[in-house]
Amino acid sequence: MTLPMGRAMREVFGETVSDLAANDPRIVMLDADVGSSTKADTFEHRHPERYLQMGIAEQNMLGVAAGLATTGLIPFVSTFVAFAVVRPLDQIRVLIAQPGLNVKITPGYAGLFTGVTGKTHLIVDDVSIMRAMPGMVTVCPADDVEADRVLRWCAAYQGPVYVRLVRDATQRLFDDAYRFEFGKAVVVREGRDVTLISTGTQTPRVVDAAELLAAQGIEAHVLHVPTIKPLDVPAIVAAAARTGYVVTVEEHTVIGGLGGAVAEALSEHRPTTVKRLGMQDVFGESASNAALLELYGLSAARVADQVRSLLGSRSKEAQAQI
Amino acid sequence: MIKSSAGSVAVGADGSPKAGQMAATAAEIRELEERARRIRVEIIRAVNEAKAGHLGGPLSAADVLAALYFRVMRVRPDEPLWPDRDRFILSKGHSSVGLYAALALRGYFPVEEMLTFDSLGSRLQGHPDMTKLPGLDMSTGSLGMGISAGIGIALGARLTGRTGVRTFVMLGDGECQEGEVWEAAMVAPRYKLDTLIAIVDHNKLQQYGWSGEGPDGRLPPEVPGELVAKWTAFGWRVFEVDGHSMPAVVDVLERACVGDGRPTVVISNTVKGKGVSFMEGHYYWHTKPMTPDEFARAMADLGEPAPASEGGAR
Repeated sequence: MTLPMGRAMREVFGETVSDLAANDPRIVMLDADVGSSTKADTFEHRHPERYLQMGIAEQNMLGVAAGLATTGLIPFVSTFVAFAVVRPLDQIRVLIAQPGLNVKITPGYAGLFTGVTGKTHLIVDDVSIMRAMPGMVTVCPADDVEADRVLRWCAAYQGPVYVRLVRDATQRLFDDAYRFEFGKAVVVREGRDVTLISTGTQTPRVVDAAELLAAQGIEAHVLHVPTIKPLDVPAIVAAAARTGYVVTVEEHTVIGGLGGAVAEALSEHRPTTVKRLGMQDVFGESASNAALLELYGLSAARVADQVRSLLGSRSKEAQAQI
Repeated sequence: MIKSSAGSVAVGADGSPKAGQMAATAAEIRELEERARRIRVEIIRAVNEAKAGHLGGPLSAADVLAALYFRVMRVRPDEPLWPDRDRFILSKGHSSVGLYAALALRGYFPVEEMLTFDSLGSRLQGHPDMTKLPGLDMSTGSLGMGISAGIGIALGARLTGRTGVRTFVMLGDGECQEGEVWEAAMVAPRYKLDTLIAIVDHNKLQQYGWSGEGPDGRLPPEVPGELVAKWTAFGWRVFEVDGHSMPAVVDVLERACVGDGRPTVVISNTVKGKGVSFMEGHYYWHTKPMTPDEFARAMADLGEPAPASEGGAR
């Protein structure tokens, strides 16, 4: 049994922020010429006077957002992740993060699902970079439901936030009753054999992987961590304590992102073996979504295979020690 | 010269130091010139105390800063976050000590605090930090960014109905080498931001620049006329002014405040290190500590004989 498909986060993005703006005149949208792709154009249709087209000039766009925030407005910045995070990184650092200005960096096209664009658009280290920046909140929603909740939450939160959104439809993890709690991780499956910790749209695939493992007698405990910073350390420690063996899974580089954050937290608070699945220090390339998930070992089947293999190695090591 | 105590200035009903667009009288010009002189004195004093900090750029900008803070801008030093205030962004953030001097003399904080510049715990950071010092409308320091923030403020003021707000952004001429400046220059006319007034402190030197046939063997950041041609091509209304002639500076800034549907840039032709004879026109005084003798000569050049106790000791 696999989780059903949900709606594309980018569609939810356009609609939710437009809905929020209908009740909050402070909300404005900034676009760098890709609103028809990110679905920021929904906002232009509904609130044309508050849709600020900045052209293909992202460094300026982030600076304009900072200025807008000082006048009491709530700017949502939208383009592709690569051009919202790394291209204007110094503007984010100097004008937004350090002064703590109330800018919402909410780009689409995170992770592998970028519409067959390849290495330029497919950015694999955005979470590591934003998480490392002082003062920057970093949130990776799992599905369309959580994306909606996170966007509503971040409009009300005072301060800079990075929300990692995805272009294409992904699997749905949560039902409509789901409530996002900022800074809290969510146990989405109970188990005693291995702890799987995931974030973003990888989590539904990890839940599917857990089902595949269960069919082979391995009961995985699955923790979803939507807020990468601030990190829910107690929940991660508790999840690690359940099984004593942790595997992190992310549609992102294993260096400095979720895997890095979990390893840091556990090494300080409850030393536990942590294995990290994800992009292994490589750039992406252009291919279909399914092909990329296979290539980088992030499909449900490939995650299940790798976890089973890790557990096999672990028990061999344990026997060798006896 | 008119001696005025810090912070005392005639304030119009709208918060500007002088309401209306009446041409400045000779006495008013003389007072603004004295403010500029005091700004320069405080720059020299603070940098000497810190044994660090920029000199050439703050000194070249002093006259424009005086005209803005003591005549043109509508601000309330006792209410620095007044929503209808005019905004000022020092995009060339390394000239912070000049802005601090203007703010102190205008009454935002005690002038004596200037001597904390660059020291641990000071509100007067090497580059402006809006989270520390009231009166700063943006944090800057990485070049090319202030003008973008200025666009955001001008757009935000319009969207929030505060149509009287004017946004002034001061850039360096070397800073105009940053690509972001031209991204911003491209966008501002699209929104007809005629409440946005950029001022390029065109002192014709950058920190080091290219070697060539210029002062001290360095080339100026731009060839003559290049800035006017570029800003004009980007759709801006362009004014040029002698940035050390107070009547001309006041006149051009007041004309810039009368919008015509375009953003305005004032190319302020200045001399790097202006006011201190041995610093004028030399790139190496961009940032350089003074010897005690140089400090005394600088103060003397500014008509401020240094007391014997000065020269480093507080």
